[in-house]
Amino acid sequence: MYVSVKGGETAIGHAHAWLAEARRGDPALPELTVAQIEEQLALAVDRVMAEGACADRGLAALALKQARGDSTEAAFLLRAYRTTLPRFGYTLPVDTGAMAIQRRISSTYKDLPGGQVLGPTFDYTHRLLDFALAAEGLDPPPPAEAEQGAQRMPQVTEILAQEGLMAPDAPSNAEPPDLTREPLAFPANRALRLQAMARGDEGFLLSLGYSTQRGYGNAHPFVGEIRMGEVSVEIEPPELGFAIDIGDMVVTECQMVNQFVGNAEAPPQFTRGYGLVVGQNERKAMAMALVDRALRAPELGEEATAPAQSPEFVLYHCDNVESTGFVEHLKLPHYVDFQSELEKIRAIRARWFAERTE
Amino acid sequence: MNAALTGYNFGYLDEATKRMIRRALLKAVCIPGHQVPFGAREMPLPYGWGTGGIQVTASVLGPDDVLKVIDQGADDTTNAVSIRRFFNRVAGVATTESTAEATIIQTRHRIPETPLSEGQILVYQVPMPEPLFRLEPRVAESTRLHAMAEYGLMQVKLYEDIARQGEVATSYNHPVMVNHRYLMSPSPIPAFDNPKMHMNAGLQLFGAGREKRIYAVPPYTDVRSLDFEDHPFKPVRAPHACAICGSEESYLDEVITDDQGGRMHVCSDTDYCASRPPV
Repeated sequence: MYVSVKGGETAIGHAHAWLAEARRGDPALPELTVAQIEEQLALAVDRVMAEGACADRGLAALALKQARGDSTEAAFLLRAYRTTLPRFGYTLPVDTGAMAIQRRISSTYKDLPGGQVLGPTFDYTHRLLDFALAAEGLDPPPPAEAEQGAQRMPQVTEILAQEGLMAPDAPSNAEPPDLTREPLAFPANRALRLQAMARGDEGFLLSLGYSTQRGYGNAHPFVGEIRMGEVSVEIEPPELGFAIDIGDMVVTECQMVNQFVGNAEAPPQFTRGYGLVVGQNERKAMAMALVDRALRAPELGEEATAPAQSPEFVLYHCDNVESTGFVEHLKLPHYVDFQSELEKIRAIRARWFAERTE
Repeated sequence: MNAALTGYNFGYLDEATKRMIRRALLKAVCIPGHQVPFGAREMPLPYGWGTGGIQVTASVLGPDDVLKVIDQGADDTTNAVSIRRFFNRVAGVATTESTAEATIIQTRHRIPETPLSEGQILVYQVPMPEPLFRLEPRVAESTRLHAMAEYGLMQVKLYEDIARQGEVATSYNHPVMVNHRYLMSPSPIPAFDNPKMHMNAGLQLFGAGREKRIYAVPPYTDVRSLDFEDHPFKPVRAPHACAICGSEESYLDEVITDDQGGRMHVCSDTDYCASRPPV
């Protein structure tokens, strides 16, 4: 009977074997390839890549396969892998203005230089289950192709800034902090906050962003612009002295335009909420932009009262690998502590009953 | 299953990371009870499973060390097995279940019954390093309270417990004052174990991975459980003897034996229990 807690090693081995079998599912069905996951579950792959903070779609697809489609578990696998990678250096800031646009929309202007590009979006689909998809082997007809616009698409916030309507973000050449090497420290500057949110949990940021729209944070946002497409990633090796392109990656960027009433130093103008996510993930980029703006409350002299405006609340809780670890660790044995709670509550109850029978 | 992993550095972490952690450890030893932030890495085990303790162990472990890993006092609980196997794979060190034979003991929730001797290191896995977090969740604010040694909040909390229910309500993770200066979380060990921290001959290191903090109690350091003169600290154990070895001193687990209220009590420290003659 007491031996029931023994034999952990054998139990772990058997559990792993069972897990492997469950992951594979019915062997009569063909096994999913990592390439299929990468191509056909592309948004799940992108989410894992962003939250796993490792820009490699192939590895993210492998993690999803290994994690049986559990995106948080997959992000954890990627994170654990990326810790072991050597760090060769830092890239130059990516220029999203030079993005090869797949999608670009503004909700503040009907038309603007570069135009509106809907791209591959769910936005105007009718959410009717497509039973034709259940039948395999039906490839969709190719979409019409437009001329790739060679012109640089200026960001909407740049256009507003030309008129002085957009509060400039203070430029800085300071070395940005590195969340993956140094522990979070407060006050956290904006670069650190954006870094944490870029790999933060989509669901958490979505709910927090939503809360700012419902009065918990006093947001008045417009989508100045959302753009998604490939950007060049460049590094400048010190021995070369000039930048070299090491590859392209897809990012989603959202710039929210928000009211600001002005104060003694600054005239009334718009302020920016910024979101940038690796891969295609518009929902998260938008939520991140809302929360970024909410977190700027102290800097803009606004009263911070809501959770989304508290840097400690947002940054300490947005990481799903940390969150899931601490929530799920409750299933580890706690019987030593529970035993001391048992003795404690028995003693306190004995006193409670004794006092009432006196 | 225990084959050593190739392609990973000794102890999994790279040497630069180990050096960073050792620096944090040195600082922690110099300021007993003070929480030192460190750049905790993502480990291949989840946060909450002991990533802080694992990183500390990996940083102090050498090829000649003998490692013991316990969870809830026992060497054979699943998580202890898993962590021991991890170090066996990534460091290939000798492991033991004997407290006396180990040079490094990684623990979750217990201090072994067998007293540590000089030269031994006890590594605690810590979920929440901040003793004040239930009273002051803002880290920036609790950091300030530590700087000013302003621990009135905790004294008031203990006072309110006594006023309401006649005794302090914490039965584990009872806060301690280290070296008369820093309030410290002993990690969720039962209050029964708190007195073992005081003037301990071994080096006690604490790692909190998710919260990215390290702290330490050097050998022979004053560690006092927070209390009041008229309500002195009371370590609690179940008022029974171990059903296996008969010990009336050790901390006991309560094991349910049937659905008719049947219970038995056995030592939580399996090595201690096995080293004694059975009743």
